[in-house]
Amino acid sequence: MSVKPLLTLPIKRKSVVNFVLRKSALSFINFLPLFAIIPFGIKLIANDYKASTVLVWMFVIVLITLINNFLNFIIESLSAKTELSFLPIIVFVGSLFALNHFNILNIAKLLSNGVTAITKNPILVIIPILTLIGLYVYNFKILRQKLFLDNGLKTKVKEVNASNLEWTKNFGDIAPFLQLDLKLIWRNKRTKSSAFLVLIGLLYGLFFYPQPTYQNMPWFFMFIGVFSTGIFLINFGQFIPAWDSGYYKLLMSQNIKYEQYLKSKFTLMAVSVVILFVLGIPYVYFGWKILLAHFAATIYNIGVNTHVILYGGAFNRKKIDLSQKAAFNYQGTGAVQWLIGIPLLLLPMGLFALFYFLIGFEIACLILAIMGVIGIVFHQKLMNTITQKYIESKHKMISAFDQNN
Amino acid sequence: MLDLIQPTTGYIKSNNIKVSESEDWKPFTSAFIDESFLIGYLTAEEYFYFIGELRGQNKADVDKLVSQFEDFFHGEILDQKKYLRDLSKGNQKKAGIVAALIGNPEVIILDEPFANLDPTTQIRLKGIVKNLAEKQGVTVLISSHDLMHVTDVCERIVVLEKGEIVKDLATSEATLKELEAHFSETQVV
Repeated sequence: MSVKPLLTLPIKRKSVVNFVLRKSALSFINFLPLFAIIPFGIKLIANDYKASTVLVWMFVIVLITLINNFLNFIIESLSAKTELSFLPIIVFVGSLFALNHFNILNIAKLLSNGVTAITKNPILVIIPILTLIGLYVYNFKILRQKLFLDNGLKTKVKEVNASNLEWTKNFGDIAPFLQLDLKLIWRNKRTKSSAFLVLIGLLYGLFFYPQPTYQNMPWFFMFIGVFSTGIFLINFGQFIPAWDSGYYKLLMSQNIKYEQYLKSKFTLMAVSVVILFVLGIPYVYFGWKILLAHFAATIYNIGVNTHVILYGGAFNRKKIDLSQKAAFNYQGTGAVQWLIGIPLLLLPMGLFALFYFLIGFEIACLILAIMGVIGIVFHQKLMNTITQKYIESKHKMISAFDQNN
Repeated sequence: MLDLIQPTTGYIKSNNIKVSESEDWKPFTSAFIDESFLIGYLTAEEYFYFIGELRGQNKADVDKLVSQFEDFFHGEILDQKKYLRDLSKGNQKKAGIVAALIGNPEVIILDEPFANLDPTTQIRLKGIVKNLAEKQGVTVLISSHDLMHVTDVCERIVVLEKGEIVKDLATSEATLKELEAHFSETQVV
């Protein structure tokens, strides 16, 4: 939300802050719970609950939503400047969830007790209202302190520690692009966080494999395999070529081969898949089948998914502003990104499940691996097609990346 | 002119090559249009080397070329350990213009090169452009709204109005007057 233009106009600082805070309360996300609350409330009334009780209950839930909204504001303002700001929050929420889950401290119960108490004794509604007012006032204070023109303009200038990345020379003619891509990843917040997401992807299997339920569902291994070896591929690949949107015009006016540009991206993704597979080898602890599935997934990722995602990139029309922070940033995400998720994740899983039930586990692995090998064999042909597609949509991409959305 | 926008009508020929049909114009053409030609997360040196590599120049070549422009940079570009995105607009422009000179291009396209620059740099830039055109036989295409600067450096000035050529002049001493007269007239009418 930009308040910069308001700051130079003759408007009282107080009203600008109030405007910002009130506007946030009206955001679409705050209305989402209403879609659940209102139908449910109506149903309760229809089922002979006392209308007044239900109304109080609905009111309390709305209050809680607003409290969350303003709490969120405070967390944001504390963490906006640092990367990985979402990690402590995830840890916090995760530990709350764990406490609840293992019945050490039943938070859900406590909360529902609270809400029931209020519906029984409407006077208590004063507690959430007071909390809300308190949060609002606190927000008002911190925002008011921050509301200076040069605060928003000031940006930290960090000294660069340049690494020369000589080893990329081994990759021949794609070396300059490879260097550029690596710098792109390390020097921008958004790309850096997606590199850290790799860790989450790598540990993703731990959510499932230790649980006996999933041990008996081998067809599910493939999903985890594709996901955990391909997390970088998906994360990085889905925004090709939008990562370069800021200077796409430059690239297009230089004497470069589109193919080299794309090949660098391909190499980066393929190497990441292999590394993630190697790092994921310890999963063999949960059974050799998992390793086999992961291996098949690796080949499939390299042979099929990389090409699919590069092809999808040719339809990319959304630019990405690299200077913005990363967590919960959905800039550059469009329908294409979601559509492409289907062939990337669901297709291999579906195919695998199909052959698993028809024939058997090993054959299913083999089939996916063969598909991957076919992709690798026809790599050159596929790349030519993809390059052609990029050249066709060149002008459209340039004009789309030029727009501020 | 750089095949970045699809032509609605007509075509552009550079050195007898239609830019929309062939890519052969790329090796001898370079350009700096705006900040979107810079890569924000590189330092100036890295950016020069990257462009150099795209244009088939090694580091030594680039260093040699860039060192000629040290006074143009005014000590504000090289060895700064700063990313291009953190430089001021004027300094970004300087880096971009010099980058456009890497790799011995025969045609250089600059868009409003004098805007955002301080007077010293403007004068130095004029020197650079003149030197390129007169001594090295490079064609420099400049689009600008600044009549003074344009008449100072250019040998030929073409005035476009709504896509039509309205004037095509070889620069002489009378040119500035003629241009000023032309623009003030159209304003009055």
